[in-house]
Parts: sequence; structure tokens; C-alpha cells
Amino acid sequence: MAKIGVFVCHCGENIASMVDTGRLASTISDHPGVAVASEYKYFCSDPGQETVKKAIRENGLTGVVVAACSPRMHEQTFRKACAEAGLNPYMLELANIREQCSWVHTDKEQATEKAIEITRSLVEKVKRNNDLKPISVPVTRRAMVIGGGVAGIQAAIDIASAGREVVLVEREPSIGGHMAQLSETFPTLDCSQCILTPRMVEAIQHPNITVMTYSEVEEVDGYIGNFTVKIRQKARYVNMETCTGCGDCIQKCPVKKIPSDFECGLGNRTAIYTPFAQAVPNVPVIDRDRCTYFKNGKCKICQKTCQINSIDFEQQDRIETIEVGAIVVATGFQIQNTAMYGEYGYGRYKDVITGLHFERLASASGPTAGKIRRPSDGKEPEKIVFIQCAGSRDAAKGVKYCSKICCMYTAKHAMLYAHKVHHGETQIFYMDIRAAGKGYDEFTRRAIEEDEAGYVRGRVSKVFEENGKLIVRGVDTLLGRPVEVVADMVVLATAMVPQPDAKDFAKRIGIGYDEYGFYNEAHLKLRPVETATAGIYLCGACQSPKDIPDSVAQASAAAAKVLGLFSKEQLEREPVIASVSDSTCAGCWGCVTACPYNAIDRRDITDRNGNVIKRVASVNPGLCQGCGTCVTFCRSNSIDLAGFTEKQIFAEVMAL
Amino acid sequence: MSEPFEPKIVAFVCTYCTYAGADLAGTSRMKYAPNVRIVRLPCTGRISPMFILKALQKGADGVLVSGCHPGDCHFAQGNYHARRRWTVFRALLAFTGIPEERVKFSWVSAAEGAKFTELINGITDSIRALGPFEQYQELQKVIETQSTY
Repeated sequence: MAKIGVFVCHCGENIASMVDTGRLASTISDHPGVAVASEYKYFCSDPGQETVKKAIRENGLTGVVVAACSPRMHEQTFRKACAEAGLNPYMLELANIREQCSWVHTDKEQATEKAIEITRSLVEKVKRNNDLKPISVPVTRRAMVIGGGVAGIQAAIDIASAGREVVLVEREPSIGGHMAQLSETFPTLDCSQCILTPRMVEAIQHPNITVMTYSEVEEVDGYIGNFTVKIRQKARYVNMETCTGCGDCIQKCPVKKIPSDFECGLGNRTAIYTPFAQAVPNVPVIDRDRCTYFKNGKCKICQKTCQINSIDFEQQDRIETIEVGAIVVATGFQIQNTAMYGEYGYGRYKDVITGLHFERLASASGPTAGKIRRPSDGKEPEKIVFIQCAGSRDAAKGVKYCSKICCMYTAKHAMLYAHKVHHGETQIFYMDIRAAGKGYDEFTRRAIEEDEAGYVRGRVSKVFEENGKLIVRGVDTLLGRPVEVVADMVVLATAMVPQPDAKDFAKRIGIGYDEYGFYNEAHLKLRPVETATAGIYLCGACQSPKDIPDSVAQASAAAAKVLGLFSKEQLEREPVIASVSDSTCAGCWGCVTACPYNAIDRRDITDRNGNVIKRVASVNPGLCQGCGTCVTFCRSNSIDLAGFTEKQIFAEVMAL
Repeated sequence: MSEPFEPKIVAFVCTYCTYAGADLAGTSRMKYAPNVRIVRLPCTGRISPMFILKALQKGADGVLVSGCHPGDCHFAQGNYHARRRWTVFRALLAFTGIPEERVKFSWVSAAEGAKFTELINGITDSIRALGPFEQYQELQKVIETQSTY
């Protein structure tokens, strides 16, 4: 027999001024199953909670309804009070007669009537509540970081330094990401390599970090605290354990004219190569598609050269399965292909390049050893035109968003050019100068005032070649007249876009993405590093265009979230999850397809001899998030959702 | 002259968006018609068409279903399932003789207290104009008189 206690809160005057709380309490006390009904000024206060606890103990209440504010406000408060009085905390419902009644109505009679109905329907619901226990899930206290750019490296180091194991997975032969390609970084003009490479070394030498380069995540299974990840370690054809990184093989490799991706095609590499001199790990890989031996079955010069016999042409891809408790996704970005701007001549004219090309030209370790040279003839350019927003903020041709870093790196490029070519001239076509960030506006001012960067507000309509020069036609919108500039080189500040396979990868690991393919955070403001999938976190430019400081900050934030998760051996979760009735499940698998979390599997029921007698749906409590979509989908009424069962809701509706 | 008809409306809402939007209307002290009774569910995906029929059977004159905007579902896809279900359910409503206008489907986010207020006032007005929903009660009477054998 149900014994329900109803506690009507005045909330000072907030409720009592619009709802006749006395009438509410006396009406509800006559409702079947209600053992006590009382009112008080503030039930959320200490004495208020004591009243609730005392009533539970003295009357042996089986359920509690607090008619007060929104459950979003004080559900936890009263759940705790119930638990302290020995009642299961889930035997509580809050009747929202403040936010959704007294505050929004003006007629006391009608508001009181409504409050009575709300309370009554929740009394009917709470009668059908069940004792629930928070779910305990064990946590594997090892993290995986996907992506070895600056964000991934930072997250890995932070987690590892706090004493937890990390597996850092990078698909390129070396960690470092885009930052390794940069020359100097704004707003301090630190050399990018100089600040990044020590971090790369720290990551690979850290006792708690296992770095897996030339490896890709194939499959993620499981749920928060308990992921199983399959990683494909691509064959390097070089023995990682024995190779010393002496580089003799690279020297002797006869295939020398392969355009290097790392150098954006401005430099060449060999078939056995490391992407750059400071690569970590410093172990080369053989490019199977370009290697003479793999193509013709003859050569093996590298193998003959190697004095420690580290070349292994027989090596195969290896699949490793790793158990982790949390995943940090730091897969980064790519530069948008600017070919869609045919009028800018990218791809047609060698001297129309992207910002990333310019980084390589300006880098001391780049193909020109830091000298600014035209790709077409190797001459020093006398005049460079920079075109900002080449793709960004262009709904018609490019992407709608601002890529955030281009204003800053263009100013930096103009500065670096001014420092290297003293008589050189720059012209920067821009829409706005967006320089928000610590030291950023000062930086762009410096470019203009000290390094004489020539900013022209306006767009470029056409770039074409004439007598070995590039003619840039555009408009100066401040002066309101067309301009034509003769330049030696044009640099496009291309948009940052998601990795080409970003959407496929998101589907593979089960996280959300936006219209472009940037990964979705759980809440843009309040949960910016979590994904909607518990246990998977984000950092860096895979979430949105970001500069280095933001990527690093977000990486540390993601690491903090991971460490928070790892602070306990068990994870406690709300018990609002679905469960299947084996006896009625017909095995139509409608729920399996409906579940957004892949939390429902097919399970065999066997007899004592091990023969399968029935297959039923089975909910994984670790994965289930409790949305209830499967319950509604179920044709045979075999699934129910704890806390929101069919019985509870029908009772609630019928009492209204 | 009799009192004007005051409809009863049952709203099935998700806890993450529309319930929070209704709370926001409250904390912002917006005012709306007192005809609505809110049933809180984790997600619109949990809302079974049977809840709607049950509400109409038990005396509701109109039903509102509201959740997160497309793309904003806390549970990633629950509201898409609800939307698909609604498209099918609409045809069933017509089949059972319930005017489609008695059931309204909407999206209200946690930030849209004002939209919630407008929505409730709008649906209250439109259901008031439709008059009380009595088909089911009449049907019930027929069933009771016939179920003598």
C-alpha cells in the first residue's frame, strides 16, 4: 500500500501569492494513497528538509512529492534528503508549481486548480516509481589521444604527467601536425619548431605515453570507461626497435624527386623518408607506391646501405586492440583547396600560393632555407599581394565561418617578409582585421606601423599573368575605386576546413559533427571539450578553427576532464536506462536501429545444452543514455525506461 | 450566457529543451494561459503516440508535443525519431477521426521562454476555437451500453 507524503512549499511568497497552498495541501491529503500533506515556507531550507525527513521516518513513507520549484532546481536536494531518511532517492518527484505555475499565471483560482492537478498527477506517478540504484561502471584508467598535433601532444602530456597511461595515435610517420610546418608563430614570433619539438620529444620519452605513429584508428567499441579500440599500425618497412635514425638509407635512395607533402610540394623527398628532419620518432618509412623495389622487384639499396639491418620489406600492417577508458579526439584540420577560386589562378600560376606554402618558404628548415623565393623562377619577390578570406566568410563559394587565424598569420607573413626583404612591398586585401586575443591587435598594429604592411580594404576579383608578373585586380572599398597591383607573388589566406575524412571518422567512433564536418561539443559554452558521447572529448581544430593558444588551452581542458573521469575506479551514473523483457521480446530489432548510441545488441538465450532457443534485444547499461526512443519504437511493449516507465506516464496522464 | 469554454491541453515535452524553456518563461515571469499541463519526459523520442491518444481519451481537448530543435537533441537523434513518428501518426489521427489541429508539434529550445509563451497562448486560443473534444467520451458511452454481453 502506497504511503505518499506531499510537501507544498510556499517559496516565500513566490508560490503562496498565486497558489492557495492551504487548499492544495488539504485537497491532496484526501487523494488515495496520500499519507501526509503539509506546507511550509521553504522546504529547501535545512528545517524544511528536516520536516521531510522526519515525515518519511515517522510515517514510513513509500514515496515523496515536493510541490515546489522545477526539478532542474532542487531535485538533487530532495533526493539527498530522501536518501538520508532511508528512502530510495528515486522515490521522489517534484511538482513544478513555481516556474510552470505561480510565476506564469495571473489568476489565483486557475493557478491553484492547475497546481492541484500537477501535484495529483505526480502523486500517481510516484506511486509507480521503483527503487533505483545509480549504475556503477568500472573505468579503465588509460586514455587514448587521436592526433599528434600540438593539441594531441599537450593533452597526452597533461594526462601522462598526472600519472595515467596514454596511447597517442598519429596517422603520419611523425607527430607534430601542422604546427611543425610553421615558420614563426604569432604574436611573439617564436620559431614554431623551437617551441614544438621539445614537446614532441617529451611526449615520446614520457614513461606513461605510448606513441603510435603511422597508425590509424579503425574501430571504437564500448562506452565511457570501457572502450575497445582497434588500431591499424601501417607497415613502415623499417624496424622501429633497431633503427637509429642515422639517415644513410635516405641519402642513398635513388628515387629522389617525390614532391614532399610536408613542404607543400615546394621541396622533394625520397621514397624512404622522414617527413622532416626533426621527425619524432626519427624512424623513416618506405612509401610503397613510389619505392622501386615494390614497383619493379629490384633495388633494395636502402637494405644494403643499412648497417644494422633495420629494413624489412616483409613487414605487414598490424592491428592492435587496446582497452581505454577515455578518448581525446585531436584530429586537426586541413587547408581548403583554393582551386574553386579560378579567378585567383591558384594551381595555374606557380606564384599564387597558400599561406601554408609561405610558412615553408619562410621557415629556416624549409626548401629555401628561410629565403623568400618565388616558386616559379626562384627569384626574390619585390612585391607580394596577400588575399585574406580566400574561402572564409564566403557563403557563395567557400565556407560561411571565419577561419580565425588568417588575419593574424597574414600580418605575420607581411612582417616576416619585411624582415627578410627590406625593400619588399606588401599589399593585403582584407574584409576586416580580426585580431582578438592577447597581444593580437598590438601585433597587427606593429605590422602596419613598423613593418609597413599595406592594407587595402576590399576584395580581389581577378589575378592574371602578364610579362612574368601577376596582375591583381580588385577594389578598394574605402576609397571606392578599382585598384590594380603588379605583384611577383600572391599569397592566399585559405580557409581552415575539417580533415577530408572527418565525417567518416566521426561516424566510426560515434560522435556528432556540424554541416562542415567539425566535431560537435556537448554544449558550445558550458561543455566545450566534451562530445555528446560520454567518455569522448575534443580539442584543437577538429572542433572549430583555432590558433595554437586556444588549441593548447582546450587540450589541457580535455585532459582535466579525462583525469576527472579517472579519479575514481568506478563511475556512477543516473539509473535512467532502458531494459528489455526477455519473455515478450519478439526480436524485430526495431530498437537496435532506433538507438542513437548503439546501446542495444542481440543476445542469445540458450537452454542447458547450449542450444539457442531465442534471440532477444539486450540493452548495454553502460552505453544507454536513457532517451527512451527504443521504448516508443518497441512493437511488443517489451522495453521500458526506468524512471519514465509506461505505467508511470500513463498514470500521470490519467490523473491530469 | 454560459462561461466561455476553457480547454485542457496536455503538453508532452523533453526535459532538456522545452521543459527548460518553460522554466525560463517562469523565471522571466512571462505570462501565459493556465490551460496547459506539462508532462516531462527525457526526450521527445520517448513520447509514444499512445500517450497522446490516452490524454485525448481522458479529457484533454488538445495535445502539444515539443522538444529540442532539429540538430540540437541532447540524445543526438531522439527528436528526429519523434518527427518521423509524428508524420505517420498524423495519418492515423485522421483515420481515427481526431482533427489534426488538436495535436500540435513544435520545437522550443531551453532559451526560448518567449516562444513557449506564444506557443501556449496560440494553442490555447486555437483549441478554444475548436471547442471541447467529446468524440471519445461519447464513444466510451456507446461502448459501455453495448458491452452488456
